[in-house]
Amino acid sequence: MVELLLILVIAAVACAIQAIRAERLLNSALWLAGASAFIAMIFYSMGAREVAIIELSVGAGLVTVLFVFAISVAGDESIEGRPAVPRALAVMLAGLCVIGLIWLLRDLTAPTPTAASASALTNALWHERALDVLAQVALIFTGVIGLLGLLAEPRSAHAAETHTTPVEGSQQKIAARATTESPLELQKEAARP
Amino acid sequence: MSLSPLAIVLLAVTLLLGVGFYGLLVARNLIKLIVVLQILAKAAMLAFVAAGYGQEHMGLAQSMVAMVIVADTVVAVIALALAVQVRRHYGTLDVRKLTTLRG
Repeated sequence: MVELLLILVIAAVACAIQAIRAERLLNSALWLAGASAFIAMIFYSMGAREVAIIELSVGAGLVTVLFVFAISVAGDESIEGRPAVPRALAVMLAGLCVIGLIWLLRDLTAPTPTAASASALTNALWHERALDVLAQVALIFTGVIGLLGLLAEPRSAHAAETHTTPVEGSQQKIAARATTESPLELQKEAARP
Repeated sequence: MSLSPLAIVLLAVTLLLGVGFYGLLVARNLIKLIVVLQILAKAAMLAFVAAGYGQEHMGLAQSMVAMVIVADTVVAVIALALAVQVRRHYGTLDVRKLTTLRG
């Protein structure tokens, strides 16, 4: 148990470090998915089984898909130059944070109790923290609205698309964009199937 | 080995928080900043599970972690939508260039 947990922790932290060090954004998102998967395994081995499944499907699956989609829309941009804070200072500040946290948590390393029963989650979720469930529903709707922002087209193209068939819509979209965009881009648009 | 599972997970929490703080200080790309925020949220989730394990209230801890997962995913969605719109509007994802723009 302890050795397995140690291996999982080292793998998760290594994935997190790689996610920050990776040059390309796509690699960064994939390392984040790896870290998420290892953290889900830690959850499972600690006894938090239901949440491990949710973390694996949402954290490693859905969020990664969202990141890949956003990177494909926004494009990967290589940023040259130094970071806002010098790396040595950043390492020192982060190290100070880690040392301070370890100092705060030094008394919490108690001997291990037994893992709780799995059926307690439904009781906690539906009876003790029912308000949280309502808040989660509201948050999910917020997320849907946010996703519309991610998928939103520029306004001139979107306005021409309403109340027309797809073929007419695409022709009108090209016509509407003719006033704002260069001819080269319009040729590319027209050549698309 | 003298380390208990709780100690190992708390060590993971501190290390992940340290890595996240370092990333927040160093990252200049908006999308990479969102990745770093995800790492910090994962450290918080791990801390909840460790607390539930230590106090033997795993059901309560799991319900809170589920809440954190939902909130974290929504934060990621909205932040990515903002990053995409910033890229469309300003043509860059560099945080330093965004701060020097006027108007």
